[in-house]
Amino acid sequence: MALQAIAFYLMAAVTLASGFCVVSARNPVHSVLWLILAFFSAAGLFVLMGAEFLAMLLVVVYVGAVAVLFLFVVMMLDVDFASLRQGFARYMPIGLLIAVFLAAEMVLVASTVATKGAARDAVGPVASGAGSTLSNAEAIGRVLYTDYIYFFQAAGLVLLVAMIGAIVLTLRHKPGVKRQIIMNQVLRTPKTGMRMSDPKPGEGIDA
Amino acid sequence: MEFWTTPIGWTILTIAHILAITVVLLLTIAFVIYGDRKIFAGVQARKGPNVVGPFGLLQSFADLGKFLIKELVIPAGADKAVYLLAPLISVTLALGAWAVMPIAPGWAVSNINVGILYLFAVSSMGVYGIIMGGWASNSKYPFLGSLRSAAQMVSYEVSIGFVIITVILLAGTMNLNQITEAQAGGFWNWYMFGGGLKNLPLILIMFPMGVIFFISGLAETNRPPFDLPEAESELVAGYAVEYGSTPYMLFYLAETSNIVLMSGLMAVLFLGGWNAPWPAGYLESWPAWLASLHGLFWYAAKTFFVFFMNAMVRSIVPRYRYDQLMRLGWKVFLPTSLVAVFGVAGWLVYTGFPVAVGQ
Repeated sequence: MALQAIAFYLMAAVTLASGFCVVSARNPVHSVLWLILAFFSAAGLFVLMGAEFLAMLLVVVYVGAVAVLFLFVVMMLDVDFASLRQGFARYMPIGLLIAVFLAAEMVLVASTVATKGAARDAVGPVASGAGSTLSNAEAIGRVLYTDYIYFFQAAGLVLLVAMIGAIVLTLRHKPGVKRQIIMNQVLRTPKTGMRMSDPKPGEGIDA
Repeated sequence: MEFWTTPIGWTILTIAHILAITVVLLLTIAFVIYGDRKIFAGVQARKGPNVVGPFGLLQSFADLGKFLIKELVIPAGADKAVYLLAPLISVTLALGAWAVMPIAPGWAVSNINVGILYLFAVSSMGVYGIIMGGWASNSKYPFLGSLRSAAQMVSYEVSIGFVIITVILLAGTMNLNQITEAQAGGFWNWYMFGGGLKNLPLILIMFPMGVIFFISGLAETNRPPFDLPEAESELVAGYAVEYGSTPYMLFYLAETSNIVLMSGLMAVLFLGGWNAPWPAGYLESWPAWLASLHGLFWYAAKTFFVFFMNAMVRSIVPRYRYDQLMRLGWKVFLPTSLVAVFGVAGWLVYTGFPVAVGQ
């Protein structure tokens, strides 16, 4: 148990410290790198809670895919630090407001769970403990595909719409672009690909 | 014996286990690099490394010595911390991934329930070493190389994910040990061939899935014909241009370790891991350590077979162009593997879930 406590405090401290560094780092690329460290130590906290499936998904989705694209964009942007700092004071109240709301939501959720227990007949948090044969992924799957199937499907629909929206917004069909059409290349035969001609001396081949 | 179950004994045992696997792995990598160069040379009718030691067997160790005693040069404009961190991250992740690999019955360091997801997560994080190295070098070629690498790895992870899902569906578990055990009893139970005679029609889906996994593995580890991040005719050495000495060696080590890891994963997911290709009932009468060695032999044989194919592809197939690479990943592999997931799931529903483990 003592080992778990040490691991918890270590990872919680790393999460908080890297979260702070995300905001305070001067270089935006460093910010993203700190963010990745925050994600990673949050995944460690999930493992400590026995939610190893969620931890791995956090790493795969956020660290492995989302943050890579983040880093990608931030590296290629030419960020002007001076103008970034100018707006700081002006946007401070809005940022604080959002932070207060988030904190209030977290306190509400945590207090509900603490007083009334987790969602009705949920098997999740205790599933991976000793004596239970249900693995983490199975427990989540059972709840997700039975009790919460409509919410789950609705979330999927929202993501689908967002994906289609992103494609519609960015897809441009430029005329006059020469593209490689592999089918045409494969279907090319000697008959369609070459032409025999019999040029007379001094005339060359016509175009 | 009591001592080994106490926390201190367990810690010592686990650390010894990790050390043993790491040392064997590093030695294997040294000879795998040698083998790779020999195969490459053989295809080109050259001799390859043949000076250091008998048949040049010690070439990798000579290279190691050379890398270690070289001067470490950090470019003036580089971001020092990130520059030095990048190869460390690469090599840590590449070696850490081996923690869940079932190399023989009961020989995995950590037998976790989400082993396959862990491997997937670790290999998807491997891109950070490369992208950080390329950016921190503060030079154009490394930066372009790292951008290419990041885009390529993210693209092919998607199809690898779907291929892995087909195997998870068939096995009914994400535990690599159980996936291996589910393929026991002969080569017709391997997931490359559909996983058992009752699933025989699935060979039409699973065999192409195995091929897609192999090719995606090549792209994921930046191996030829997908080695665009380090295409020497365009980018010199890609993300590693500004690296020399030990940091470069760490990148190289991580890359080779990842290639062996992908070969091993292919062996576990599709070729039955440590199972012999025939019913191995005779193992019941063998002592446990001999049975484990028997498993280790088959795991190693399959891994090296996949690695051999990997090396042959490297020496035979010409390099892809970058748009062709993206086309292959997004327009060919992604739809194919997505349809395959539907196909396998549909077959399982149709036949009433004949999965090996779980339920």
